[in-house]
Amino acid sequence: MIDHSVSAAANMPVLVPEPSTVPVPAALPNKGLITQFLEWFGDLGIFFWNVLRAAVTPPFEFRELFRQLDEIGSMSLPLVALAGAATGIVLSMEARFSLTRFGAKSLLPAAIVFSIIHETGPIITGLVVSGRVGAGIGAELASMKVTEQIDAIEASAVNPYRLLAATRILACILMLPLLTLAADFSGLIMGWVTQALSEPLSFHQFINSGFKGSDFSDFLPPTFKTMVFGLIIGLIACFQGMRTQGGAAGVGRAATSSVVLSSLFVILADVVLVKLIIILFP
Amino acid sequence: MSTINQIPIQTAAKRPGAEGNGSAAAIAVENVHKSFGSQKVLNGINLDVKRGETLAVLGRSGTGKSVLLRLIIGLETPDSGSILIHGQDIAGLAIDRMGEIRKKMGFLFQHAALYDSLTVEENVAFPLLHHKKEMSKSDRAVRVKELLAEVGMEAARAKMPSDISGGMQKRVGLARAMALEPDILLLDEPTAGLDPISSGEIDDLVLKLQQEHQVAFIVVTHDLHSAKAIASRLALLDKGNVVIQGSFEDLQKSEIEFVREFLKHS
Repeated sequence: MIDHSVSAAANMPVLVPEPSTVPVPAALPNKGLITQFLEWFGDLGIFFWNVLRAAVTPPFEFRELFRQLDEIGSMSLPLVALAGAATGIVLSMEARFSLTRFGAKSLLPAAIVFSIIHETGPIITGLVVSGRVGAGIGAELASMKVTEQIDAIEASAVNPYRLLAATRILACILMLPLLTLAADFSGLIMGWVTQALSEPLSFHQFINSGFKGSDFSDFLPPTFKTMVFGLIIGLIACFQGMRTQGGAAGVGRAATSSVVLSSLFVILADVVLVKLIIILFP
Repeated sequence: MSTINQIPIQTAAKRPGAEGNGSAAAIAVENVHKSFGSQKVLNGINLDVKRGETLAVLGRSGTGKSVLLRLIIGLETPDSGSILIHGQDIAGLAIDRMGEIRKKMGFLFQHAALYDSLTVEENVAFPLLHHKKEMSKSDRAVRVKELLAEVGMEAARAKMPSDISGGMQKRVGLARAMALEPDILLLDEPTAGLDPISSGEIDDLVLKLQQEHQVAFIVVTHDLHSAKAIASRLALLDKGNVVIQGSFEDLQKSEIEFVREFLKHS
């Protein structure tokens, strides 16, 4: 029973925090948006450095990492698969309509496969995970912060960057490509089902036609780019959670900002990554 | 009349077992300043505590007592001045290096700060799980049982923190703070909000630890009765300064207006 304690330590529900008598730095008064923006990035950089240093030095928190892999991976799987399936259905219907108009209906399987594998699967996975996991991590760590539980971890001579942040970020990095595969798979299946309902087509024919002329370089880079999405989601959610101030309202703000910022940065990163993939894997 | 700058710091113990262990201070706070934004919280504090000694830090709310404890455990860094733990200055230490020092320190938070998704016994086991990896599961369970028995909480070991009272949470917090057998214990308002019996039991526990384990205590409290019972020395803070430091009798004899006012209303 006790062996589960570390893993459970971080699984805190959102609490109504008790007031603390310790003064906190005043909110940024009279600071321009640019200054606040630069300060935020500076703090994020310092946070990332602390996490990186903690992640590569022992002791390693494997138990907590495995718990986070389960929490972020298995628990997100149904949602990601559902989102992938819905995307597959929509893509199939839309592509069928468009391609039929231009007399290119035979390209339908390839259009669905390429859309899902190249872009839709990875970005849908990134956004769904940033919503579910980003909010969860942000709120969880924020509630721990405002109730001094993170301070208690630190006072117990345990590095909270290692126990709380590094494990979550690493779990996000490792699980995003796997979740993307699940989204791709369910998207392709439902894309085929949607097409097969309109016009008889075996799954074998659909796959053969869809993957004709493609190789691993079409498949691997878009899948592995989601590791960057995982880094962004984990890093921003942990950062926003662990720097929270201001009690219950602060917890709410941390959860919201974790989702908003991680979704935004995932989309921005995607722009850069797509360009890089086009350059590096022409 | 005496102020921090006028009297030598008393280290003479008033009770058996509180005479200290060697001359070196376990904790030495030297000319520490701390501000949050424009708000000055500590303004050149000087304190020291030896092993086996208990220093009670008194003062009105917002005078920096909790901040002082957070500085000593390294959760905050001073703007200037030094904090020495067993002679080592902790200012600027990396988090893992500071962790090595913290293993010999225990901290009871004002609101206990128990991990609320863990049971009482898992809370107490937390430091052992991380720092006594050589300890077998059964040995750890025995140690946790001992610690909970010491604070009278063995019956609640399977309960969640939300299912026990604030006073019980503080006892569990104390058991957690003692788990690694620290030689320094920092207690932030251990008896605040407790009934007189529970408060007396916490005091007895502090005295027992002081006598049996020669632990150096700093106890932040508003409870003068409790401070008088457990402390070999008292320090009264006001506006970020130590107004007076000495025995309870020294405080009673003081002519300082703030001290007289504080004692009158305590």
